[in-house]
Amino acid sequence: MTRAKPSNGNKQRTIYVCQGTGCISGKSLEITEALKKAVKEQGLQGVNVDFTGCHGFCEQGPVAIVEPEGIFYAHVTAADVPEIVESHLRDGKPVERLFYKDPVSGEAIPYHKDIKFYSMQQRIILRNCGRLNPERIEDYMAVGGYESLKKVLKEMTPEQVIDEVKRSGLRGRGGAGFPTGTKWDFCHNAVGDQKYMICNADEGDPGAFMDRSTMEGDPYTVIEGMTIAAYAIGASEGYIYIRAEYPLAVKRVRLAIQQAEEKGFLGDKIQGSDFSLHIHVKEGAGAFVCGEETALLASIEGKRGMPRSRPPFPANSGLWGKPTTINNVKSLATVPVIIDKGAEWYASTGTEKSKGTCVFALTGKIANSGLIEVPMGIPLRKIIYEIGGGIPGNKKFKAVQTGGPSGGCLPESYLDQPVDYESLAAAGSMMGSGGMVVMDEETCMVDVARYFLSFTQAESCGKCVPCRIGTKQMLDILERICQGEGRPEDIPLLQQLGEQVKAGSLCGLGQTAPNPVLTTLRYFRDEYEAHINEKRCPALSCTKLISFYILPDKCQGCGICARECPTECIAGGKRMVHVIDQEKCARCGTCLEVCPERFSAIVKVSAEEVDVPSEPIPVKEKPKAAAA
Amino acid sequence: MKEIFSHYQGDKQELIPILQETQAKFRYVPAAAMHEISRFLRIPESTIYGVSTFYAQFKLTPLGKKLIRVCRGTACHVRGASKVLAEVEKQLGIKAGQTSDDLEYTLETVACIGACALAPTMTIDNETYGKMTTKKVAEVLGDTSKAE
Repeated sequence: MTRAKPSNGNKQRTIYVCQGTGCISGKSLEITEALKKAVKEQGLQGVNVDFTGCHGFCEQGPVAIVEPEGIFYAHVTAADVPEIVESHLRDGKPVERLFYKDPVSGEAIPYHKDIKFYSMQQRIILRNCGRLNPERIEDYMAVGGYESLKKVLKEMTPEQVIDEVKRSGLRGRGGAGFPTGTKWDFCHNAVGDQKYMICNADEGDPGAFMDRSTMEGDPYTVIEGMTIAAYAIGASEGYIYIRAEYPLAVKRVRLAIQQAEEKGFLGDKIQGSDFSLHIHVKEGAGAFVCGEETALLASIEGKRGMPRSRPPFPANSGLWGKPTTINNVKSLATVPVIIDKGAEWYASTGTEKSKGTCVFALTGKIANSGLIEVPMGIPLRKIIYEIGGGIPGNKKFKAVQTGGPSGGCLPESYLDQPVDYESLAAAGSMMGSGGMVVMDEETCMVDVARYFLSFTQAESCGKCVPCRIGTKQMLDILERICQGEGRPEDIPLLQQLGEQVKAGSLCGLGQTAPNPVLTTLRYFRDEYEAHINEKRCPALSCTKLISFYILPDKCQGCGICARECPTECIAGGKRMVHVIDQEKCARCGTCLEVCPERFSAIVKVSAEEVDVPSEPIPVKEKPKAAAA
Repeated sequence: MKEIFSHYQGDKQELIPILQETQAKFRYVPAAAMHEISRFLRIPESTIYGVSTFYAQFKLTPLGKKLIRVCRGTACHVRGASKVLAEVEKQLGIKAGQTSDDLEYTLETVACIGACALAPTMTIDNETYGKMTTKKVAEVLGDTSKAE
């Protein structure tokens, strides 16, 4: 809200349309063009159409904000453009039907600042996301961008910068939580004629997209932070390693580098100092393990991205054997703020051991899904029920998964735990890169464990035997359990294998891959037991263990299910009670979806039989007429 | 290949970017291209083959004209990505990882495209489609065949 310029009279307005990947998939590029055209046709003076990066509230996308009022529009379509332009931008009357509706109260909320999803956040890393045009460096400079770098170059020695970051308590936001200042100190003290600064933007965790959004929404802050880090460690070459799956982030980061060079914030003798830095972009080629730092280095060098044992640590022997520092996107995006506002200011947020804020990608079975930034130490309950607006469809909360494939699933009893590195680790999960996937009663925890294992098993680079073969064995067992062929000895076997894979693997991938299995075994053992002993899936999710039945007293013989059934296994006829052939049924659930709500004749069960006729019978006349 | 090489110095670390350009140009990495890269960078073909097979991005067989990817990220998974995948497989008549015989479509799954708030998602070339349902699949696939 800070950057909207107040004007003479009240006519000056800017509408910012989100152009993050999420909103672009909702055709926000077309909306922007339509707005520009309509504003021009109307000849509106003092009205600007501009765009921003991701607002974080992708669920409501495409979103747009009108400044200076701070009116927030959700689910905008190109068809809404004439009304927005005429009613709001021209006549000053906001379009109420496009306001965000609170999922709990159903109330329409006009102002961005009043939306709970935003008002309860504390944004440091994402401070500019959705606030500025991510393709114009002047916008970043107008909100104080590059002041921190100027201050560092003018007033601070590298030692002072490292000391400031150390005192701030900033820890690596990539997952492991190693103190950033200490990491820089190692590299600063390492002997070497050439040092490298690397930004790890290989965000591979399924369910996490904060690095992508940060690069798409505010690439300048990442580059400024990286430049300060390079100054602190004494690097003159830098690399940003970005997933190739993020084409928009790659484009904006490249553009931001080019603009920073033009403004003298990158290149030779930055801002007239003796410090020079050149940053190159390297695109990843689709290997999850490259998020691990030594594997990432191998990938930049043009090799297979396989981790190696440490020591030597990259601080001493990294890229091409030279001292190298690797920091995550979010850690670097925090650095300019620490320099600007001071270590004490930053350290005043958070808990004793985890300072500052953390960004989570809140997704899954949650009403408000999107990116959130909250102070460390906030209870999970607050994130899920207040910011997230709870579980949609009156379903019951079951678990929250943090830390992606390396993390674990936490049950309801952990909802009041503070979120920080230590408490998540104590619960068997981890902070990881910040994915937070909410699961409700319809999510099967054995299937979730199987899902994560299938991911890590496929992404294992194959170097360490326990990881390569152990995860495969674990996956085979989990698949068997989901198919209803589990054996009682599978549970202790999974436990044992999990611990061995953790102990016997070289890098973070193998050391954490069993976590989803071990935590679900710890907190949801009853679900494993139900699958194995009763051949029952309590969440009614594992296809092999469920069946669908048509209730004879509810079916009205409309025939929709029989028409839609892909395997043609439903027998029926006009005004006949339909019957599913259980042998032929593929358990796709199409019939349940298409059965009209007023009949709701189809049920899904597991390890139960429902009494139904063996072939179609006439529909019983409803006694409704008599009652009326 | 000559045109691609003109953007590079012939340094070993350029292998992955060169493979990426090759992939983009031919829609796969042909064996003949590996041979040329080997001579250009002075590294054994076996190493190039090793790198090409390590990274998911590189294909050794030609891709279809349209690359369809169904996201199987966690958020997509819990919101029903497997049903979307099954529907796409049914409509295209190919399984994930396969290319249709007429080289029109290649279907893949992807670990995460980072549009989790719109789960379940799928992409067709560079277009992202969010909040997918089995019903929307036909619409989205139809969208692209019309654009032809």
